[in-house]
Order: sequence, then C-alpha cells, then structure tokens
Amino acid sequence: MKKYFRELSVVAALGAVLLGLAMFAPAFFQPQPLLSLVTREAPTLVVACGMALVIIARQIDISVGSQFSVCSVCAGLLAARGWPLVLVLPASALLGASLGAINGLLVAGLRLPSIVVTLATMVTLRQGLNLFRQGEFVNMPDKFQWLGLSQSGGQWTLVGAAFALLIVLGLAMRHVAAGRFVYAVGTDAEAARLAGIRPGRVTFLVFIFIGALTGLAAIMNIVQSPQVQPLSGAGLELKVIAAVVVGGVAISGGRGNLWGAFAGLLLLACVSPALTHLHIEAYWEKAIQGAIILLAVVADGVRSRKESRG
Amino acid sequence: MPPAPLLELRRLVKSYGGVRALRGVDFNLHAGEVHALLGENGAGKSTLIKTVTGAHAPSSGEIVIAGESVSGLTPTTARALGIACIYQQPALFPDLTVVENIALRLEAGATLRRLDWRARKVRAMELLARIGAAIAPDAEVRSLSMPEQQLVEIACALGAGARIVIMDEPTASLTQKEQHLLFAVVRELRGSGVGVIYISHRLEEIFALADRVTVLRDGESVGTHAVGDINEAGLIKLMVGREVAQIYPASESSAGEVVLSVREVGCRASGVHAVTFDVRAGEVFGLSGLVGAGRTELARVLFGLTPADTGEILLNGERVAISSPQNAVAHGIAYVPEDRRRHGVVLDLPIAHNMTMAIHPRIFPGAWLRFGAERSLALEFIRDLAVKCAGPDAPGGSLSGGNQQKVSLARWLATKPKLLILDEPTQGVDVGAKSEIHRIVRRLAKDGLAVILISSDLPEVIGMSDRIGVMGGGSLRAILPGKSDPHVVMAAALGTAEKGAA
Repeated sequence: MKKYFRELSVVAALGAVLLGLAMFAPAFFQPQPLLSLVTREAPTLVVACGMALVIIARQIDISVGSQFSVCSVCAGLLAARGWPLVLVLPASALLGASLGAINGLLVAGLRLPSIVVTLATMVTLRQGLNLFRQGEFVNMPDKFQWLGLSQSGGQWTLVGAAFALLIVLGLAMRHVAAGRFVYAVGTDAEAARLAGIRPGRVTFLVFIFIGALTGLAAIMNIVQSPQVQPLSGAGLELKVIAAVVVGGVAISGGRGNLWGAFAGLLLLACVSPALTHLHIEAYWEKAIQGAIILLAVVADGVRSRKESRG
Repeated sequence: MPPAPLLELRRLVKSYGGVRALRGVDFNLHAGEVHALLGENGAGKSTLIKTVTGAHAPSSGEIVIAGESVSGLTPTTARALGIACIYQQPALFPDLTVVENIALRLEAGATLRRLDWRARKVRAMELLARIGAAIAPDAEVRSLSMPEQQLVEIACALGAGARIVIMDEPTASLTQKEQHLLFAVVRELRGSGVGVIYISHRLEEIFALADRVTVLRDGESVGTHAVGDINEAGLIKLMVGREVAQIYPASESSAGEVVLSVREVGCRASGVHAVTFDVRAGEVFGLSGLVGAGRTELARVLFGLTPADTGEILLNGERVAISSPQNAVAHGIAYVPEDRRRHGVVLDLPIAHNMTMAIHPRIFPGAWLRFGAERSLALEFIRDLAVKCAGPDAPGGSLSGGNQQKVSLARWLATKPKLLILDEPTQGVDVGAKSEIHRIVRRLAKDGLAVILISSDLPEVIGMSDRIGVMGGGSLRAILPGKSDPHVVMAAALGTAEKGAA
C-alpha cells in the first residue's frame, strides 16, 4: 500500500473529480460522449507509455509530437496511394522507430543530453514537414475511417488496443528482466554498468521503443477523422510528459510506473470536459492542468527531501 | 628569541561523528620554511589541511597565525589571512584564460563594476614572472599542461598575498622534468619568506625539498624532525609504528590451481604498466599501496572497464580478452567496487533486486522475472552473510554501510565467480561489520575462490592476505608473503624497498 502511495493519491484525486461530476454534472457519464473522450485520448495513452519508459530511464523525448506528425502524414500519404491498413500500420511504427533510433544514437552513442537532442529533432522534423507539405491536409480513403468498422466498433477497438498495450507493457516493466534494466539504468547508470548491464544499449532501445509507439499512436489517431492535419502532434510532448509526471514517474529517473502514468493522463484529460459540463469557462482548463502538474512536482520534491534527510 | 611562527596549531582535535580524525595535533610552520607533512592514508593529513584552510572547523584546539589566535576560520577569512592551498587537481576554470582565472580569484568588488582588462593582464604577467613561469596570459587554461596549471594556482596564491602555501601532493601527476620546475618555484617561495606545507608520499622529494618533516599517524603527530636528523628508515618507522593489534581469521585454505595469471598487463589510458602476478584458488592476494598507486585502476583493467592494451590475461590457463564488464562476468570475474554508495548498491532498489542484478540471464531464463526464485536467493544470502535488514524488499538505502557492502558482495557471489576482486571492502564500515566481512572473505577463499583484496588499511591487507602485491605509480613493485612486516610493505609502497627493508 505504502509502496504505491503516490499512484493511489492520483487515483484518489481522479476519483474525487469523477465523484464531483457525478453529483453536479451526471451528463458527463452518458456512454457515447464518454467513449468518444476516451477514444480521443487513446493515442496519447500509447505515447505516454513510451514516455514513462524514457523518463524512468532518466532521459526525456520532446520530439514525440513531431514524430507523431511525421508518422501521421506519411501514413496518410501511403493510405492515399492505396496501401492497405495491414501495411500502413507496421510502416508507421517502423518509421517512428527509425526516428527514435536517431535520437537514441545521438543520446546513447555520442552521450549528448537528451533534452537538447530531442529539441533539435523536434524542430527539424516539424519544420521539415512544414516545408514538404506546405500545410496541406491529406485526405484519407474511406475504408480507413474507424479501421473500416462502424464508428462505435472502431472506437471500442482503439480503446481496447490502447488498454491492451498499457497492460502488457505495465506488466512487462515488472515481470520482464528488460524492465528492471530500465529502472536500474535510470537510478544509477554507473552501478548498472558495473553490474554488467549496458546502459547505452538500454537508452538506445528505449528511444526506439517510444518512436515505434508514437508511430502506432499516429495510426490510432488518423483513423478517427477523414483528413490528416499536417501538425496533428503539436503539443503532444507536453501533454504526455505532464501525464507521466503527474502520475508519479520521477523526472530524475528510476521511479514510477505505467499505472501511475495512466492515472495521471486520465486526471488531466478529465479537466476539459469537466469544465464544460460544470459550465465553467474553458480558459480555466490550462490553468487547472498547470496547477495539477505543479502540485505533483511539489509533492515529489517534498517526498524526496524527506527521504534524503532519512 | 626567534619570531613567532607563521602558523601554529595547538592540540588540534577534529571529530566526525564518533570518529576522531585529529587527536590533539601540535604543528608549527616558520616563514621561509618548507615543512613536509607525511603519513599513511587516513592518518589525518587532509583533515589537518581542511581545518587550516577553514573548510572544516576544529572540534577543539587553537590555530595561531603570526602570533594571533584565530577562531571561526572560514575559507574566506583563511584566504584573507594569507593561507592558500594548491591541490593535486588544480581548481581552475578550463574555458577561461589565465588572466581571467587569476582575476576571478583576486578581484573583489561590486557585481556591476567595470573590469579593467589591461590592469588585469599586467598583474597576471607580473605574478607569472615572479615564479618564473613562461605561460601566455591569454591562453585558455584548458590548453595548459598539469604543471602549468599548478603554476597558475601558485600565481593566484601569491597574488592573494599568501604567506602560508599548502601543497597537497603537487607532483603526483608530474613528469620528472616538470617536478624540477615545480621544486624551483617552491624554493623561490621559500626564499621570499613564504611558509610552505608540503604533502607528499615520495620520501626522496621530502629529502630534496623540505627543511623539517612532521609525521602523522592515526590523527596524532608522532614527531617533527629536521630533515638532516632523520633517514628514510626512520620516517617509515614513524609512519607505520603500530602493532597489528587486530586479530584476523587465520588462513585455512591451501592454495590450489592458478586461477588468474596476469602477464605484463598494462593500460595506457589508466596508467597501469606491465603488471605480472598469479592468483591461485583458495588464495587471498592482497593489493597494497598508497592512494594513487594504481590498485583500483588495475582492478578496472581486470574487470574490462578500461581494457588492457598490452600484455595478456590467462584464466585457468586460457588466454582471454576481457573487453567489457559483461565479458568479465562471463569469464567468472566479479568486482565489488570501491565506492559502494555510488556504484555498488542501487540505493533506491530493493535488496533482492540489487542481489540479482548481475545474474538476470541465469536466474530468469527467457527474461521472465521469477519473484519466487529471486526472493529465495535473496533470503539465502541475507541469512548466509548475516545481512541485517527488514527483508528482501527493503531498499538498499535503508541499510548500514557494512550491510550494504554485504549486499554488494552477494550480488557478485550470486554470479558464482572464480575470481573475486574486492576494492576497499571495509572502508567506512564499523568494527563489528569489518571483522564479519573478514570472516566471509576467509570462508570464500576456503571454498576455493581466488580473491584479490585491495585495501588501504595496512594491518588489514597484511593480516588477511596470503601474499601481498605492493603497487606504486601504476606498477607492481613487490610481491611479499602474508604477515610481512608492515615496515617492509610501507617501504615497498614508498619505493624505497632496498633501503627500507634494512
């Protein structure tokens, strides 16, 4: 219980918000709008899973938004050319993984700080895409809409896929040796090296992993609308980093888990519809989200100070 | 009556927690004198310097500077009183020029004052000229050699009007020629009335340079002598001078097959040269030497952290290339590192995770973690090594130093190694845990493990080892039998084997 205190406190906060909504705005719980909300957040959840891994490994990747945009547009173009979904999906994941590999190579290979490397790739990818597409939208073939299923069928599939991925990864972080390597490297890379783990390789793979997940998430996003926006991923990096940090993953690495990241994402995602349902001005949304992030960071700071005092 | 000494320490005591690092040291330094300070690792030299430079406040005792008692010394007031310390690794800003570095040390004033670049440069050149250093004032410090950087430090000290200059092993990383340059500067300082406290492990330097020498041992001064009145053997006797009082578990094993055979192994990057020795199964091979002798560096070569570039390493008679830690582990080599707080135990992770960290492929086939297996392995080691802890799930950080060391040891024993390298295994652990670790090491040797024991604790390395390799300057200077006379070991470490052994 004590071990998961941080995660449980986020769940409690989420519960309080939901309870408040149930009392003052029961309309929030109408099945169809709620499903739509969750579906919209499904791609974010997938990227957040990857971000949790990256941050646990004591790195950060702020280029995921740009990777997401690039994957979305490229996948859209392939689809428009008549590629079937079964090929577009792996192609997008592969493209994301290659973009992640560039980050990983620079961070692990040349030992550059990940914030600078991914800042550079973020800008490069975004502006490259702008130059290449000049802001043009890509029209998707109809058969891609909702994966070729009915709307609710597609929604359920996307949500189910995102949850399945979360559960598999969340369990893997605890039950597969590789997961523990990520924690070990994030806590103390030199100690990990002395124990025979290769911190560089772990870092490299983590960046590839988040890239592949981002490619996957891009597909989950473009099947939700008839057109691909050229910069659909703008701001995604901040959203997922915020979710992960609110969920108790320490920005200093080695701490936290995917369950917390999931709870953090839900908490932040609830803010906007909650405001709408409570008839509060939408301007409050960012301010409230910011306050939640601040609260989480302060809580972590207080906790680690307490611990270091012994 | 002679003038009052420049610096006088009276009954200086410094305790850290319960440990008394200085136990009432008397010391004095006159103007125009080079006073050498000598002592084993941990004899209290660094602590003494830290109290004089104001980095640490003494617990009791008096510091008298030029006849005036000073209390509440801080680094700032110490500098104002003319005390300067030149460390082994110069603390300069590598990206700034020599002029800027000197100016940063010497200038004071408002944050928004105007900087007079010309005056800065003139002063820097004057100071450099005073110590006869041919260094371009506009050069970036990064581009200077180590001795040149030390000269810049000395120039800073002079510029600050230092009357007392402390030099902490200034020649440790210098070549012979650079040493002579530095000696000339020291003599010049002496000539101009500066008092120099000179710390070095190299006896020949002390005889060449110093006027008087004080030997510290276990936080006490065991005598001050004029250099002319004492010889090397006498100094060594003063430094060691204590009996091996502690009782060490007797060796119960007879040495078996040669496990590790090191032939002319060197590594240029870490300064290890042509080291040759064997370690047999069931044997504890001690590695002694002073700080910077190259013992940890040798261990890192054997563990593949800085792979050897010359010579060969044989394991069980077969030539192996150890290019990485993974490689070393695969060959049955285990290394319990020196600084366990930093690299041995991951403090945030539970004890059980720490213990299985090096054996994932074996204990978790197919990469699936099996918590049952991990837990039972952890419990076994906790019982076996008597680790005092709340349980296998307690984080590493919750343990005492000695118990952390046991966890670190367990991680490597779990790999079932053939060769175990222990780097300062009892550093910073309490007496009880220390003798427990000694018993564990003995038992492991009895079970047929080949053990390399690196220790700066002279009685420990002598008491625990079947044979003792003594290192100095990156090479193995001597291999001595266990239970050797501490004087002989110290003499070998200081590089005066022939004379010292007499």
